[in-house]
Amino acid sequence: MELQTLTYLAVGLTFAIYIGIAVWARAGSTSDFYVAGGGVPPVLNGMATAADWMSAASFISMAGLISNMGYGGGLFLMGWTGGYVLMAMLLAPYLRKFGKFTVPSFVAERFYSNGASAVAVVCLLTMSITYIIGQMTGVGVTFARFLGVTNETGIYIGMAIVFAYAVFGGMKGITYTQVAQYVVLISAYTIPAIFISFQLTGNPIPQLGLGGSLTGQDITMLARLDQVVTDLGFGKYTTTTAGSTLNMFVYTISLMIGTAGLPHVIIRFFTVPTVAAARSSAGWALVFIALLYTTAPAVAAMARLNLLSTVNSAAKTGGDMYAEGTSLVHAERPDWMKRWETTGLLKWQDKNNDGRIQYYNDKTKNQAVLDKAAAAGWAGSELTVNADIIVLANPEIALLPNWVIALVAAGGVAAALSTAAGLLLAISSAFSHDLLKKIWMPSLSEKGELRAGKIAMACAIVVAGWLGLNPPGFAAGTVALAFGIAASSIFPVLMMGIFNKKMNKEGAIAGMVAGISITLFYVFAHKGLFFIKGTDFLGLIGGANSFFGITPEAFGTIGALTNFLVAYVVSKFTPECPEHIQHLVEDVRTPRGSKVIGGAH
Amino acid sequence: MDTSGKAYWHAVLKLIGVHLFIWALVSYGFGIVFAPALNNIHLGGYPLGFWFAHQGSMYIFIILIFVFAKLMGKLDEKFNVHEQ
Repeated sequence: MELQTLTYLAVGLTFAIYIGIAVWARAGSTSDFYVAGGGVPPVLNGMATAADWMSAASFISMAGLISNMGYGGGLFLMGWTGGYVLMAMLLAPYLRKFGKFTVPSFVAERFYSNGASAVAVVCLLTMSITYIIGQMTGVGVTFARFLGVTNETGIYIGMAIVFAYAVFGGMKGITYTQVAQYVVLISAYTIPAIFISFQLTGNPIPQLGLGGSLTGQDITMLARLDQVVTDLGFGKYTTTTAGSTLNMFVYTISLMIGTAGLPHVIIRFFTVPTVAAARSSAGWALVFIALLYTTAPAVAAMARLNLLSTVNSAAKTGGDMYAEGTSLVHAERPDWMKRWETTGLLKWQDKNNDGRIQYYNDKTKNQAVLDKAAAAGWAGSELTVNADIIVLANPEIALLPNWVIALVAAGGVAAALSTAAGLLLAISSAFSHDLLKKIWMPSLSEKGELRAGKIAMACAIVVAGWLGLNPPGFAAGTVALAFGIAASSIFPVLMMGIFNKKMNKEGAIAGMVAGISITLFYVFAHKGLFFIKGTDFLGLIGGANSFFGITPEAFGTIGALTNFLVAYVVSKFTPECPEHIQHLVEDVRTPRGSKVIGGAH
Repeated sequence: MDTSGKAYWHAVLKLIGVHLFIWALVSYGFGIVFAPALNNIHLGGYPLGFWFAHQGSMYIFIILIFVFAKLMGKLDEKFNVHEQ
């Protein structure tokens, strides 16, 4: 069958399944709508959390970035998994015992203040919207490539689909839909990786293939990759860090504590039956996440090697890549290159007019590489490959069968849509439950609350879609910014709420405000005010990455430190936390007496 | 044995401390700070520091969570604060 027909079929079929499940499980009461009646088993909950968590950034964008960054890309791997350890040990069991629906309602009660809760809602909304912008961008790119429509149309289609099942299905729909989505996206990710690992190393397990030897050769995959990329003037694959070691360090911290502070992930742990289950649920979620995350570095390295050997026939055998006739003749390029050329994400420009594709790092400081290139008559690198196409193009580069390519398309769509839906739910509950019902309109009926939640979702979709048309960067970058925001605001307030029983409302509010403000200030300085292009103010902070060379994506760590520090100092100079709240915190620390969270609140 | 809430919380903090130490050691330690030194050792075709950053720390994270959950369960029973 034609690739295009197969793609339509795969995407259409999986959509039908998700929507079918959402309709089948249409929610009834508010309790069902938000937390699926508190009765989702830990393993299934783990799978749904994994689908919720693994977004367009993980699925489409991450391996491409690692592929380009090499070793330094490991910060995404460690950062986006290490947060679950913090979640399991520091937050999930205590929040489950506390027995509240949402993060802001925890903040409201623990800090005996609607003001603190309102600040938490604002932080949560800022973070969630930023996150969804990234998802919508991912949805757009995926649809544009596989359905042959423009990026804009892709985003509009995505908005409509997310709206349909998030608004009509609620959490219960989403939980079971997301189990289905997990199955689709993990097969879409691992099946091509298994094929490619087997082709290259003879070992079908990608995690082992990455450390294996090349088929028929007496050299390991990574050693060959290191040699090829350094010969072409790129940084050595297994050692190049992401900026300075300090930047890599704080970037990883920011992603880890951001993960632990993600409201749409935390809300998952309210759906398990007991405190003990909340602890192991985080473990199950991580098992399912790690299945993709440990495959990603193999996908990254193998795609890089495959791409380089497609362009230069000497790459796979370790021959002289500057020798005559090794570069690919453009007229003989494989079909996948032609397909991606039409999207504009892969470009070729024949700088030396020899009709062949030369691909190397022409900005390298290594004079030997430049001399060799000049001697071979190369006049600059002629190929630009957008990092974000790597995962989607990966099966095509390896010349895998069409059904695998179609499956990857379905997986990409699943990844982007599932996270967007989970985030919309967090936005909806924060707005309707924590802001409207608790603060502005206490008399709101259950029905009215549900309706307000749905309206909030619809508005959030429109705003995110609109910003997604003109995003501050591609999926992974935008998403990393969202993590910085969560890291600087939500994680510290939850931590202090549990581990410092003397922390008072003044400290909590001041900490959140200080943390998120300084982070947004640094981010907006780089990316523009509210991510609107052209409104950046880098001059004011003394140039890009001026704070010890730390990038805006990594700045959440500094925001979190500020938050902790300000909160501590303010709490020392303001009235002490009331006695009954201190007792409440003591009670939260022990599992005994936990209740199943019901609909009444 | 002291079975008060205070003693329980003290034991919990100790358990968290030990696990977070390992958590930080494998990721920030072996995966980032000591990675250049560890890269001189090889695990199959993997330089060891690179392996910790791209594979190893994630496996250890999973083990840490399950071991922690198990030990916490035991601690809860020992101090008689477990869920009935």
